[in-house]
Amino acid sequence: MKTNIIKNTLFISALAFLFSCGQAGDRGGNGALSSNIAEKVYVAPGERDEQYAFLSGGYSGNLTVYGLPSGRLFKEIPVFSQFPTSGYGYSEETKPMLNTSFGFIPWDDLHHPDISQTNGELDGRWIFANGNNTPRIARISLTTFETEEIIEVPNSAGNHSSSFITENTEYVVAGTRFSVPVPQKDMPISEYKANFKGALTFIAVDQEHGHLDIKFQLLMPGFNYDLSHPGRGKSHGWFFFSTYNTEEANSLLEVNASQNDKDFIAAINWKKIEEYVNNGGGTKMPAKYAHNVYDESTHTATSTMKNEVLTVNPADVPGAIYFLPTPKSPHGCDVDPSGQYIIGSGKLSANITVHSFDKMLAAIDAEKFDGDAYGIPIINYDDVLAGSVQSGGLGPLHTEFDGKGNAYTTFFISSEVVKWKLGTWEVVDRKPTYYSVGHLMIPGGNSRKPHGKYLVAMNKITKDRYLPTGPEMEHSAQIYDISGEKMELLYDFPTHGEPHYAAGCDADLLVNNSKKIYRIDENNHPYAIKSPAEARVERDGKEVHIYMSTIRSHFTPDNIEGIKVGDKVYFHITNHEQDFDVPHGFSMIGQRTSEILVMPGQTKTSLWEPERVGVWPFYCTDFCSALHQEMQGYIRVSPANSNIELSYTLDGDDI
Amino acid sequence: MKVKILNSLTLLVLCALIWSCNPQKEGDSSSEASTGTDSHPMGQASVVDEVSDPNILQVAISSEPHSTLVAGVQAAEIEHVLVNAGPLTVFAPVNAAFDALPEGTLENLLKPENKEDLATIITRHAAPGSYDIDALKREAKKGRKLYMATGDYLEVTVDGDDVSVGGAKIVGTVAASNGIIHVIEKVILP
Repeated sequence: MKTNIIKNTLFISALAFLFSCGQAGDRGGNGALSSNIAEKVYVAPGERDEQYAFLSGGYSGNLTVYGLPSGRLFKEIPVFSQFPTSGYGYSEETKPMLNTSFGFIPWDDLHHPDISQTNGELDGRWIFANGNNTPRIARISLTTFETEEIIEVPNSAGNHSSSFITENTEYVVAGTRFSVPVPQKDMPISEYKANFKGALTFIAVDQEHGHLDIKFQLLMPGFNYDLSHPGRGKSHGWFFFSTYNTEEANSLLEVNASQNDKDFIAAINWKKIEEYVNNGGGTKMPAKYAHNVYDESTHTATSTMKNEVLTVNPADVPGAIYFLPTPKSPHGCDVDPSGQYIIGSGKLSANITVHSFDKMLAAIDAEKFDGDAYGIPIINYDDVLAGSVQSGGLGPLHTEFDGKGNAYTTFFISSEVVKWKLGTWEVVDRKPTYYSVGHLMIPGGNSRKPHGKYLVAMNKITKDRYLPTGPEMEHSAQIYDISGEKMELLYDFPTHGEPHYAAGCDADLLVNNSKKIYRIDENNHPYAIKSPAEARVERDGKEVHIYMSTIRSHFTPDNIEGIKVGDKVYFHITNHEQDFDVPHGFSMIGQRTSEILVMPGQTKTSLWEPERVGVWPFYCTDFCSALHQEMQGYIRVSPANSNIELSYTLDGDDI
Repeated sequence: MKVKILNSLTLLVLCALIWSCNPQKEGDSSSEASTGTDSHPMGQASVVDEVSDPNILQVAISSEPHSTLVAGVQAAEIEHVLVNAGPLTVFAPVNAAFDALPEGTLENLLKPENKEDLATIITRHAAPGSYDIDALKREAKKGRKLYMATGDYLEVTVDGDDVSVGGAKIVGTVAASNGIIHVIEKVILP
């Protein structure tokens, strides 16, 4: 019967298409056409979406998980920001995740998620993301959907051309937006030119655990490094970075960084540099940066401060770095699934510039150079150019691919997505976005094998798309069906924070790996208790450690006396549930932190420093069960000099 | 055992399909159930989860001595209650306990027109909250009666090592993910 429905709708849509006169994108109802579109995004109650979409939260510091094609929000994953909803960055176990060389930083600006790959195809192990402001790279597990690791990037500032991965996840790459003095020093800003450096950082990924380690930093000329993408297939082993401000201006960049007719895409042969480094090349430089790792078995993060980084001077590795001239302050720097084309979108250009990897290699062989910049050869523009897309749009930014020979580029100023053909450069379709689109995302569109059925356009300006909510509107995203020759606008949904960029994949890649519970018998948290019978309270000077259990629907213990003003009280809460989707929460009146949410089988710690004498309640914040409202307890706080004995009970009895 | 539970669940879904006489649409996340538009609303009972500890329904289904109880739960269409977040303490009579009822009682209760009576009788064996043996002993010691899901109060008595509820002796206890099952030797009738 379903087949019939599909056939019928196809027939109806064909009819509608015949009758329509290019009204797609109109906001009004379109009869049969509209109902057909509705069916394409309708995921019936109890049914599931085809694909995951991980949208960056931008200045929220978080990553949001949506379903495609429904646009339903499934989860917000805290990455660089404290998150009271789970207690991330508030619990004692997760505070170290937000540690940096500047100390504890409760926030960052998350921009570019990228899913791990094997042989250039998405493998669904991890998703990486960059923090722009205080440069950091995060690794998020795609089994627990939790942030497992954050590494700070030294010598970097405005960590924007990040966090893109090579095609076997050998490296996650982070390029600096701002060039800065390396190492930092007190000097006049006006002496920027020729003195500041732009660090491109290659962070090695341990294949078993995903652990991150800075392999080397390439100290490039003091340009702004904007975006980057790895070579793939034939160009695997290279990495491409767009640059702007090759003028090396340090003020009013909107004018002074727009002087040169062409800036560069930097082509980096990282395999060559890797070999150089493996043979003892590079210079170790003192640097201070935090490396924070969350251990799933102890449910605890540790932060280690590193004090050295290996730097590479481009001049020391001849033949590894070239500049490809690209008009006009290129922003997006995208590589097609075959690895042949490198696409640079000059934000001030009307056209899209496409470079050829083959031509680049030939030009390097024949030394067709047009001078150099700080010793780095500049390849003749005409000798590397594959073609130019005469788009008719304004402000091209980013390009993704469908794996069928088509490319899709967003245009910020003309608010549209333009579909064009690789190789012929002809524009085959264009559809408006609402409004001022930044990135776009095709699931897998940043790999050798796109999962291309939908395209998500992420917009910067919302205006009138939704019911107004005061001066600030959430950003908007639009979903297009790209399975046909023409794109079709399907749906429009608000996003949280700034949906700067996104990564997506088929649901099948992740569904069966998603963790349901943590086994209590595998819990190696030092303050875990294996059963409620082990619950206890221990005093160590002014420190009080409460080993507390939760199981529907009570805390063990739930009455505690002998706590004193000035104590540091640690609630180590083990959730003894072994049942999917049954966390318990914990919150204490007057506690200067957020609640925490403890997953089944997990232990988490919340710190409370009681300041007032009295009897103070705590309760479970997660609606866990029919008797959730009964899940509560009391703590008696006595004066600092009191001699009330420590005691703890459940139902009036000792435990 | 997990495989067995799954098989039983599949069987249960199939049974529910065959027995249902009240066609109703319900979205379900499991593939088995998504074809079962004729099923009575199974709700959470249709969630497929091979990782979590088994819930009360799954434990009961996997226990041969409770096949009569399970059949009753299914006939009364209250499966979803036993997989709910609860927590619940279920006093589960073994098959022999049902066999000991006056002749014809069980057959009568299993008739569709007596569904509600059957549901009431079974629900009378469930207490909101999780009471393990120690908790039940505390009930007896502190003179508290056990509040059952039907609103009845049952007395908990302790005789040496034996604990009885509503006059039915507990002969075994199984922890479930959403509560506790105490196996009892007789049906607790009003």
